[in-house]
Amino acid sequence: MATITIPTALRQYAAGYSSVSLEAETVGSLLRGLVEQHPTLGKHLYSEQGKLRSFVNVYVGDEDIRYLEGEATPVTNGDTVSIIPAIAGGRK
Amino acid sequence: MSDIKLSNEEIARYSRHLIMPEVGMAGQRKLKQGSVLLIGTGGLGSPLALYLAAAGVGHIGLVDFDVVDASNLQRQIIHGTSTIGVAKTESAKRRLADLNPLVEVTTYETQITSENALDLMRPYDVIIDGTDNFPTRYLTNDAAVMLGKPNIYGSIFRFEGQATVFYPKEGGPCYRCLYPEPPPPGLVPSCAEGGVLGVLPGVIGTIQATEAIKLLTGIGDPLIGRLMLYDALAMRFRELKLRRNPTCPVCGKFPTVTDLIDYDHFCGIVPELNTLGSQYEITPRELAALLQTDARPYLLDVRNPNEVAISSIPGTDKVIPVDQLAERLNELDTSLEMVVYCRSGVRSGRAVDLLKSAGFRKLKNMVGGILRWADDVDTSMAKY
Repeated sequence: MATITIPTALRQYAAGYSSVSLEAETVGSLLRGLVEQHPTLGKHLYSEQGKLRSFVNVYVGDEDIRYLEGEATPVTNGDTVSIIPAIAGGRK
Repeated sequence: MSDIKLSNEEIARYSRHLIMPEVGMAGQRKLKQGSVLLIGTGGLGSPLALYLAAAGVGHIGLVDFDVVDASNLQRQIIHGTSTIGVAKTESAKRRLADLNPLVEVTTYETQITSENALDLMRPYDVIIDGTDNFPTRYLTNDAAVMLGKPNIYGSIFRFEGQATVFYPKEGGPCYRCLYPEPPPPGLVPSCAEGGVLGVLPGVIGTIQATEAIKLLTGIGDPLIGRLMLYDALAMRFRELKLRRNPTCPVCGKFPTVTDLIDYDHFCGIVPELNTLGSQYEITPRELAALLQTDARPYLLDVRNPNEVAISSIPGTDKVIPVDQLAERLNELDTSLEMVVYCRSGVRSGRAVDLLKSAGFRKLKNMVGGILRWADDVDTSMAKY
């Protein structure tokens, strides 16, 4: 089981959960398992072409999957996968 | 550097810095010689400006075009009840003059744009991004990279914050290495729509101020190449690695963005948000009149339930938050004349767009939302 942490901005599309634990071999299958449970998350994570959106970063531990093997990055038991979207607030 | 002297008054004021060997007289002189430009004098800018002025940073620039509103005071602690309606730059300057008259404060009551960004930033050692929207964040980033200056980044949403130092000149990544492209408008809610815990910008802004003081004095390990995440509800800090993207269009080996661009366009923002056409609009006054007649329309509120609890238009038929609208279309009847509203008219505009593309035709967006309803129709209604 690996745990995905869901950021505040996306929790409303994941029934309010702050994290979800799933069985998966890779980051890609983990994320798709998450979207199967919470379909509205899909359009926030993936573009219409099915690619991970460029304003959504995914980390395994403290490392960005873009610098690992992307969605093919393996996940092992106990790994924490984090979704870190761009947020812009601060002035208002 | 040695020609900068501290007066006896300054020595007395900064004594708790001076007795620490890590800062000392040398560090305090560096702070006095240092300069910081704060983009935004709101949630993040408030603690930033207060702590940097208190610490004795010699020159602080403040950029903001907004005026202080009562709804700011829940978190923007540099402003006060007595400066509601005053320009934020002026309000902040007054507070800083009282806190520490020995620092110089320059105010720019303007919006930072592609035309003025480089000139605004050039005189300053450190740039701090305390803005609230994606176009300004990309603009601040690109201009700072082009000038070779550090950009201390902080961002907040509801209970969560991010902070880091972008400094490609010292080998670190920039904002575009982290997020090459902005989200399309509407997909990521703003603080005005999503809300923010008042103390959250205090934590993130204070982290940014700490980094500014470290950069100016040259002490400690700067937050370069590391993204600090803070979750106030879980009370947890985490740190992620940030890497420089060698193909980054701004700070990469072969940059393709070498001049400041049109950042609204880059972020997909159309100049006139009102693309609906006036046949899809109704003013609060027109709606109020219509509600008195037999031709009363179906009234759809697309705000969140906790906003509805604050105030709503009497006789509202249905509440469906805009984010759920696509899945709940079956609850609406295409044959009815419908008026859609939200707080300010932005989300209801999006809702009308969505309903139009789903085949609804008898639609109107109430322009200006609840805020304008409270101004024009029911002045007893609470605005938020």
